[in-house]
Amino acid sequence: MSLLSDPRWGEALGHLPDYLGNHVRVSVIALALGLLVSLPLALIARNRPLLRGTLLGFASVVQTVPGLALLALFYPLLLALAALSLTWLGVSFSAFGFLPAVLALALYSMLPVLRNTITGLQGVDPAILEAAQGVGMTPRQSLFMVELPLALPVMMAGIRTAAVWVIGTATLSTPIGQTSLGNYIFAGLQTQNWVFVLFGCFAAAVLALVVDQLLALVETGIRNRSRVRTALGGIGVLALLAATLVPSMARPQSTYIVGAKTFTEQYVLAALMAQRLRAADLSASSREGLGSNVIFDALASNDIDVYVDYSGTLWANQFHRTDIKPRKELLADLKATLAQQKITLLGELGFENAYALVMPRKRAETLGIRSIADLASRAGTMSIAGDYEFFSRPEWAGLQKAYGLSFRAQRQMQPDFMYAAVASGEVDVIAGYTSDGLIAKYDLLLLDDTKHAIPPYDAIVLVSPKRGEDLALRAALSPLLGRIDIAAMREANLRASGNDASSSPDAVARWLWEKIGSK
Amino acid sequence: MTAGPPLIAFAHVGKSFDGGRVRAVDDVTLEVAEGEFLAIVGGSGSGKTTLLRLANRLIEADSGRVRVEGEDVKAVDPILLRRRIGYVFQSGGLFPHMSVADNIGITPKLLGTPANEISSRVDELLDLVRLDRGQHRDRFPHELSGGQRQRVGVARALAAKPRIVLMDEPFGALDPLTRDALGDDFRALHGKLGLTTVMITHDMTEAVLLADRVAVMRAGKLLAEGTPGDLAKSDDPYVGELLGTPRRQAERLAELLPKDGAA
Repeated sequence: MSLLSDPRWGEALGHLPDYLGNHVRVSVIALALGLLVSLPLALIARNRPLLRGTLLGFASVVQTVPGLALLALFYPLLLALAALSLTWLGVSFSAFGFLPAVLALALYSMLPVLRNTITGLQGVDPAILEAAQGVGMTPRQSLFMVELPLALPVMMAGIRTAAVWVIGTATLSTPIGQTSLGNYIFAGLQTQNWVFVLFGCFAAAVLALVVDQLLALVETGIRNRSRVRTALGGIGVLALLAATLVPSMARPQSTYIVGAKTFTEQYVLAALMAQRLRAADLSASSREGLGSNVIFDALASNDIDVYVDYSGTLWANQFHRTDIKPRKELLADLKATLAQQKITLLGELGFENAYALVMPRKRAETLGIRSIADLASRAGTMSIAGDYEFFSRPEWAGLQKAYGLSFRAQRQMQPDFMYAAVASGEVDVIAGYTSDGLIAKYDLLLLDDTKHAIPPYDAIVLVSPKRGEDLALRAALSPLLGRIDIAAMREANLRASGNDASSSPDAVARWLWEKIGSK
Repeated sequence: MTAGPPLIAFAHVGKSFDGGRVRAVDDVTLEVAEGEFLAIVGGSGSGKTTLLRLANRLIEADSGRVRVEGEDVKAVDPILLRRRIGYVFQSGGLFPHMSVADNIGITPKLLGTPANEISSRVDELLDLVRLDRGQHRDRFPHELSGGQRQRVGVARALAAKPRIVLMDEPFGALDPLTRDALGDDFRALHGKLGLTTVMITHDMTEAVLLADRVAVMRAGKLLAEGTPGDLAKSDDPYVGELLGTPRRQAERLAELLPKDGAA
């Protein structure tokens, strides 16, 4: 099948009104907020060297913080603020998605606006300032009638830079729950859907270029005092806003929101749950690519309604428990703990997605390694790779302690790449996931955890406080409980990691439903 | 020449810069009578521009007293003071983002004059400084020649019908022909409108040709003042040196360009 006739282009296009509309909305509001703060600050600071230095320094530091980290930092900050506001003022707001994205992006837009406004105002010829004084202008009149109009082209160039930065960085707001063109990129990276990745990059680049050119038109219009150019640019910007915002506003809001973390299995399960809800005539949509720490809080604050988590992850990461209990006890304990937060543990899906130490079967046989205990004596000469969070998770500390593991080197990798890395011998061992389809594909061996250092990781369906008593939701999702075994999930994951039309999460979810529904 | 009470009066005025290290104006006492055209001549750093700016409080005096139309300028709102004194800047000082009409009409606009009155006043002023209404009204400063720009500068200074016009080397950057024409035109306006004019220049020839009275400054001090005839009698060597140039030029020109052709 040729690249262009791939049906995933059509699927990507179908998401465009939603993703683009949200992207433009969050960018425009962030930019407006950024301007609203930066312009007065620049006016106040321009003749105060100390304040000016401090402000520009601060804005530069903000700029050096990677966009993703800045966005991620705003989430817990707002969560804390929301809690404070609830206790003090009795008003709560959602710290999820839109608000943290707007604030972080607004902060990001400040540097070029501040710098160019200050530079533009300082660049006004002193002889002109003297003339303004000489004809009898007050300092305020001089600012508004002479200085600002003369600095406007330079200021406009700054606004243009800020707009392009904000549009680019907004693609990173997907993990904190703000739908954007980044949804294509994050979903595409996780499910190896390069059509989505390309589409997302292309759409974001086109949007940035169009906005840049329209603002450039306004800028040259102002510079050359051409009303026509300025008006054309302004009309273009407004038309773009209308064209992107109206379709997304006209879309009906779906009632149920299914959340998904940032890996393939989560996309498939979210698609499966959304399909089941729709099959029961409930309107459902999914919020995908949510960060591991974001998603639980989003559920607890009713920003999403349902998602799949793993018992061990909640146990160790969310509730900071270091003791390890047998499966059933852990689940019961977890259910009680969750109930305190009014979150319902609907049930287990039937498989575990645990961390496991994995190496190629042949190599393990040659070396006579079958368990982690066997590995321990050779670890000193070996390297290990894990995903971005594994080495900072309590399970890793537990493993090291229980087996006295010490590797020669440890590396962090994108999960989808580490299986190929261990199969090719680039690293010796990886911390893989038991439900991953690539384990069978590359003929890898899961090493036995004889000391039970890794807690159980049953896939469990969690329901938000708001939907706890929702019988329609329970009825739609309960056919999934206990039905998905490890073999089915591995095969689904393997299918989803393919790079063709039948590997989209939706298609795989349909396949999975047929498989378990026909049992 | 001088008649009536002085319209501008400097009394023992001093002004220092850089925390007292540079004495730009040093104990200057000088009066300008109503209707008078005074030229202040000096080299760069003589303090002539500083003295001019003390009159409309673009610069504040450290010591002494400056009076305009009988009032101590310290007791007057500087913004209102500047709106009633015309000021012509060295190279026009026009606002580059405003049309000729907007530049000329700026002070009336600041004073709250209705737009239609400003508009007819602008036309009147364009006629007065001999610029074509239709051709120049809507142009921007960068589309004008140096001489045209300075004519607009003069029109702007006159827009709010001031009694006093201050000019800071207004014709310095122009070619000799334009300079001559503009000087003559302004001198005619000065008489026609009954203005009181103080003009800064480094060119003694220009001062002698245009002004009723000439004041000479050097290193912040007023060296001499009087009609060109009075100055010619001065025994100050610097004044003599300054007057020497136009005198030599006049003699050389008389030799080189005999009127009757009988050289």
